[in-house]
Amino acid sequence: MAESATFEVRVHGRGGQGAVTAAELLSVAAFDEGRHAQAFPSFGSERTGAPVVSFCRFSEGPIRTREPVASPDALIVLDPTLVHQVDLFAGLRPDGYLLLSSSRRLAELGLGEVAERLRPGHALSIPAREVARRHLGKPLPNAALLGGFAALTGQLSLPPVEAAIRERFPSPAGEANAAAAAECFELVRQIRAESEVPDASTQERSRA
Amino acid sequence: MLRQIEGSAAVAETVARCRPEVVCAYPISPQTHIVEGLSDLVRNGELSPCEYMTVESEFAALSVCIGASAAGARAYTATASQGLLYMAEALYNASGLGLPIVMTVANRAIGAPINIWNDHSDTMSQRDCGWLQLYAEDNQEAADLHVQAFRIAERLSLPVMVCMDGFILTHAFERIDVPEAAAVDAFLPPFEPRQLLDPAEPMTIGAMVGPEAFAEVKYLAHAKQLQALDVIPEAAAEFESAFGRPSGGLVRCYRCDDAGTVVVALGSVLGTIEDTVDELREEGVSIGALAIKSFRPFPMEAVRDALAGARRVVVLEKALAVGRGGIVSADVGMALRGLHLPVHTVVAGLGGRAITGASLRRLLDAAVADELGDLEFLDLDWNRVGAELRRMADSERSGPHAENILREVGVVAGRPH
Amino acid sequence: MEQRVRFYQVGTNAVGNRLLDPGRRTVQARMDRSNTLTCGHRACRGCGEALGARYVLDAAKRASGDKLIAANATGCLEVFSTPFPESSWQLPWIHSLFGNAPAVASGVAAALRAKGREDVRVVGQGGDGGTVDIGFGCLSGMFERGDDVLFVCYDNEAYMNTGVQRSGATPPAARTANTKPLGGHPGNDFGQGKDLPRIAMAHRIPYVATATVADPHDLERKVEAAMAVHGARYLHVFVPCPLGWGSEAHDTIKLARLVKETGLFPVFEAIDGEVVAVSQIRRRVPVEEYLQLQRRYAHLFGEDGRPEVVERLQAMADRNIREYGLLDEEAR
Repeated sequence: MAESATFEVRVHGRGGQGAVTAAELLSVAAFDEGRHAQAFPSFGSERTGAPVVSFCRFSEGPIRTREPVASPDALIVLDPTLVHQVDLFAGLRPDGYLLLSSSRRLAELGLGEVAERLRPGHALSIPAREVARRHLGKPLPNAALLGGFAALTGQLSLPPVEAAIRERFPSPAGEANAAAAAECFELVRQIRAESEVPDASTQERSRA
Repeated sequence: MLRQIEGSAAVAETVARCRPEVVCAYPISPQTHIVEGLSDLVRNGELSPCEYMTVESEFAALSVCIGASAAGARAYTATASQGLLYMAEALYNASGLGLPIVMTVANRAIGAPINIWNDHSDTMSQRDCGWLQLYAEDNQEAADLHVQAFRIAERLSLPVMVCMDGFILTHAFERIDVPEAAAVDAFLPPFEPRQLLDPAEPMTIGAMVGPEAFAEVKYLAHAKQLQALDVIPEAAAEFESAFGRPSGGLVRCYRCDDAGTVVVALGSVLGTIEDTVDELREEGVSIGALAIKSFRPFPMEAVRDALAGARRVVVLEKALAVGRGGIVSADVGMALRGLHLPVHTVVAGLGGRAITGASLRRLLDAAVADELGDLEFLDLDWNRVGAELRRMADSERSGPHAENILREVGVVAGRPH
Repeated sequence: MEQRVRFYQVGTNAVGNRLLDPGRRTVQARMDRSNTLTCGHRACRGCGEALGARYVLDAAKRASGDKLIAANATGCLEVFSTPFPESSWQLPWIHSLFGNAPAVASGVAAALRAKGREDVRVVGQGGDGGTVDIGFGCLSGMFERGDDVLFVCYDNEAYMNTGVQRSGATPPAARTANTKPLGGHPGNDFGQGKDLPRIAMAHRIPYVATATVADPHDLERKVEAAMAVHGARYLHVFVPCPLGWGSEAHDTIKLARLVKETGLFPVFEAIDGEVVAVSQIRRRVPVEEYLQLQRRYAHLFGEDGRPEVVERLQAMADRNIREYGLLDEEAR
């Protein structure tokens, strides 16, 4: 009996950066594509600046488990200052993905080894804050990164991601965030094309 | 309509569709999103007529509901943990007066030490206060149970707690079919109180009752809860027929019909348990799960029927009767009296510690191999406990346990930068 | 034409009401009074609270066109009025807990509003313990929200139902079961106690008033004034307790009159947080005249008396007279 393919994502950020919202938006986008999805934070008292972790799972069938994501298929990291403070990579699967928000390359952040352990083209940093700043006027990269995630993993196409963003944030913020996501989507697609990595959107969805 | 929304939001919308006339709110994590959602629905006119009151304490919140319900209004509030304890006096008052108030409890641990994360110690501590207690396995059921709760409460004239795991359910986004307004209206008739504060027909409610009558009044409360053993399944059946999905009831058996080992639990942990059961079944292990949906009244017969054929029972519970052991397992044991069936208590998830599939798997492997004791603690750090017990033995002024252990864990700022 | 009647109060209402034309008599003087708290209750003889409750509720019921609901705190009033299976209440009445009467009343008011029945009015009531201490949080919440409830405190200055223990309303020097004049204490210590009428005023609610059972005209008028407006309203009624105070049952009205005439209990009205009317002292008396009728102050007098404590009590009375202007009028 083929097991219902569940894709698990873990989002790391600091309080106030929208890590929880990012996971929720992923789940809404997946729902829009007709899949089952679950998103929840690892909770703490309301406080900006403290490390925050949130989780999202998608699956073709119903999701019953409620445990935190211990072995993520993908990591989204909103804040590079978390890199050496929190054990970000615990449990990341060998064929998993890493998307980090930074204008510096992974090697410059001391993450070269981590990137090498993963498959080629699976680990990327993108300047999501800068993209967000240009579109929103604020360096809030959470929604922007979701576009990058979609292109990196092929788990979601862009339109449901944009729709989820627009639904959550009233205009003009909704439009601006969606545009930032679209730009990051394109950015990641280009990076992968340049590194001659197979287009994620055709390959990854059928992963069992 | 099927939507991807937060559990709390689904509960708020569903409760609004039940047309409460008085909603009381005192904020406590992790119930806040529910009462905030209801506030929005009242303010934008979607829930009307409804008086939404922000009160100064949970004790006041339930007291307002008591007055409102006695005056004939459908009344609702929500709380958790410390808040539930703060209204403890009012809990007994509401049930003793027979007022059909519905309250959501976003299950959370009770301090000291203060802890905002999920476990069942709050509602377990109030299991005998005379309220019905229904536990939701997922957010769909959490929403659905509120609709059933108003109906059950008003039918019996008893208050009902709908229990949903704090954070794990309240703050989780998942796919939920929020009951449509028209369907809820058809299912829930307007509130017809059994007693009413009405100038046209004055009555006295809340008289002092002495030894000559107290026992009878108290017995009647018990009898009504026993009636709930019929009313709850009826409401669940009617709900299924009206809304097209099973929800609520007294218990739910998952692959436990022919199971040699049955795991009994309440609330959201059942999802992870069922995944583990499936995994074990794939490997040929005879195992199943029994979900208890109604904890009060405790469904003695249903539990006995479900477990009588097993060889061993594991009760996984998110609460601890300090100085005694299991709470749910005590009731399960009572249900199985005379059957010589080993019942193992496993205390897990206290204070929000995650119950992982891997830990459950190890636990159930041990259960099946008959390696479990009477009382087990899942994923407890015995080294830390041992160290702290030794510290206590060695010195009079050994300090508060919580701080000592946190220092060892490295959470407290005793770490140099 | 205004009818001014001057007569000498002898501590009963009989003289006053018979000489007034019917239109000016109190509700209590009428044959058709509702007796909201009817006879058969188990109060002590001379109970000021029973009197106060009947005066207040009869007036409130009349003012509301017989559409009144009451929420009662635990205490003497609740206990002596509802010995199951009997009840003295001739109105819809609920007793929930000790500390939640204001919240229960708020809940009733909310239900009525949701049902479009704001013609039905709500009274919350309790003793000083239930109002000033354990119910304080709920009371303040009710004031702050402006819930449409008239809350009435029957103040007999201690937890009487449980055996005369001190409350936050017990006056200095009073003896109670746990403030005995031992170890140099004067009885209840000075410097404590909540002035609930002023606290109510600090919430700037539409109407606050104090009254005593010695003057039913004044008390009824205040109830009517309170019932004429909506929002959170507070009435603080001084009610002597013969058992708890060690006074004679026949002195209840007299004590209520004296507490006002000494200046110890200012009788006034406040609207939106400001005093607008003050009931003048008619014939000022020294505090001794009031204190000596109560055994709870007996330790201040006689051989081992404490004249310095009496002086401090007099100073309190003097201060009230000054602050409230209780002796301001020329004509008396």
